[in-house]
Amino acid sequence: MERVLFGDNQFFGVNHSSDEKARAQTMRFQQDDAIMAVLDSAIEEGINTFMCTTHDRVGEICNRIRGNEKYKDFKVYPCMPYAHKYANAVTELGYLGTIKQFVPGNIFSTFAKGGLAFMKKDFSELAKLMIDAEMKMFHGVNTPVIWVQNVITDLLLGLGMTDFLVTFYKHIKEKYHAEPGFITMNLPLLLDTLEKAGIENPTVCASINKIGFRMSGGIKKYEEVIAQKRCRLVAMQVLAAGALAPKEAFEYVCSLDGVESILFGASSRSNIHQSKSIIDRCSILVHG
Amino acid sequence: MIRIGIIGLGKMGISHCAILGAHPDVNLVAVCDSSSFVIDAFKKHTRFQCFTDYRKMITEMGLHAIVIASPTKFHTEMVHFALDNSLHVFCEKPFVLKAEDAEILAEKAEKKKLVNQVGYHNRFLGTFNEVKILLQMNALGELYHFNGESYGPVVLREKGNTWRSQKGQGGGCLYDYASHTIDLIHFLLDKPKDVSGTQLKHIFSNDVEDAVYSSITLQNGLSGQLSVNWSDETHRKMNTQITILGKKGKIIADATEVKIFLKESNELLGLSKGWTVKYLTELTANVDYYLRGEEYSAQIDHFIKCIKHSETNNKSSFRSASYTDQLISKLITDSK
Repeated sequence: MERVLFGDNQFFGVNHSSDEKARAQTMRFQQDDAIMAVLDSAIEEGINTFMCTTHDRVGEICNRIRGNEKYKDFKVYPCMPYAHKYANAVTELGYLGTIKQFVPGNIFSTFAKGGLAFMKKDFSELAKLMIDAEMKMFHGVNTPVIWVQNVITDLLLGLGMTDFLVTFYKHIKEKYHAEPGFITMNLPLLLDTLEKAGIENPTVCASINKIGFRMSGGIKKYEEVIAQKRCRLVAMQVLAAGALAPKEAFEYVCSLDGVESILFGASSRSNIHQSKSIIDRCSILVHG
Repeated sequence: MIRIGIIGLGKMGISHCAILGAHPDVNLVAVCDSSSFVIDAFKKHTRFQCFTDYRKMITEMGLHAIVIASPTKFHTEMVHFALDNSLHVFCEKPFVLKAEDAEILAEKAEKKKLVNQVGYHNRFLGTFNEVKILLQMNALGELYHFNGESYGPVVLREKGNTWRSQKGQGGGCLYDYASHTIDLIHFLLDKPKDVSGTQLKHIFSNDVEDAVYSSITLQNGLSGQLSVNWSDETHRKMNTQITILGKKGKIIADATEVKIFLKESNELLGLSKGWTVKYLTELTANVDYYLRGEEYSAQIDHFIKCIKHSETNNKSSFRSASYTDQLISKLITDSK
């Protein structure tokens, strides 16, 4: 993984500190051209990885990238699923209705793969089919790391349904020949659980910032775990939803030996440039 | 360790299940759901005892407490049964369909000194708690108006068929969305008392309303507006916002920020003249396990703490939820 990864929250109206800013961003990025322009700026600043959710609009971005010489070295890290799509579907259609909508083919026909899995109540097989459905839009795009979103990782952790974390891990390796990644808000608990399930040195993305925002169990515990180097770690929410100034924020996270990559999103060339150069500078200072 | 069971493994039930499953003081031992598809998934992939009959689960499992997250129309009988078996009860919102049942259940739980809580999670959000403190410190002076709003993208087409889209089952925008807004108004300002000019609008649903608009008067005389719509796709997820106007200024708050405008600076509160914005990041305490917002973990944590310390003074009790149920009945009557 490269030291700096570019995120997508700003494109889809996700802002953890202000719903109002989120709406303004939704308006600004209504057209795909606006998103592509920012991605191009990121590339010009030397960032070649885009980590993004499986939002419908990412399909359009993939269409632009696919087969385009300009993006031949560009990597996309899909993060699945776009949870609100499913959460709203469950409220509207129930579990069965949701599965029916998102698993391809007729789930009530045993002639279809999904139907058979459904009839046999083979939940792992259903999960694989849903992963495949999410991955469709990335066909022909370079996706060396594929992530499961924190809401699913953490839900499975709490429920003790470790089986599905393992299903995801194996399916991504076997079918996509990619590195499976786990996004979490509960880093210490996740590492303990994955290790017990036989997954060593997993690729993990967690909230890591100087003020301990969304670091469940507290910043001390996180710092201990990070120093143990039990995973390949991507730091997200480094700016703590805007509560920290970039310099202070990146200096902190760069000082942690054990953080491999840093994820951030920005909407303007100048902000991308600023963040990228701070990270580059701090990384050289710390790691030589 | 507190032994707990869950009834109902829908969206909220599963979320509670994960939070309880990760809680250090809880031994989540049993789950119950009427859907064999869901319960089979739990049988196969979790350590919990699985039931399809909640009475059987309560009688057999020696529980201390129960979380009820079934469709609203079942709440009354389930809560009665749980209280009869001396269980502490956390019940999802809205509490019950008939307002008179809410009072009976509140009284029963209070008499038996059992912890009772309803899942109004806005009461556990850092931003809204900050607003409550500011109002208690009289930051806005005499209040003259409020605006309680919730919007989100739930029903966006003319289809869908779950209990939430059926009349008389506790579905619809009024029960599902507006209950949160009404409870928040109660939490921050006062008990809601009267309504007028209520409009329940059907946008895409046939049997239930998709939007609720009304004027509300509180027990302390303050009046304001309620505006709720779950067919609004300009919001990525549910967004609840409250605006409060007073003679000294105004507060606008949602789950992520509190915006305060003061005509004059308030030195006691450290607020300057004009706008001050406070963010969730400075107003939210960390939780031990995070799933989907600190408030969901915090409300369960509060329930567990109340049980551990025999504290029945709950932050979102049956009694307080009964006022929301009463107001929902009034909104329905007024709209006819």
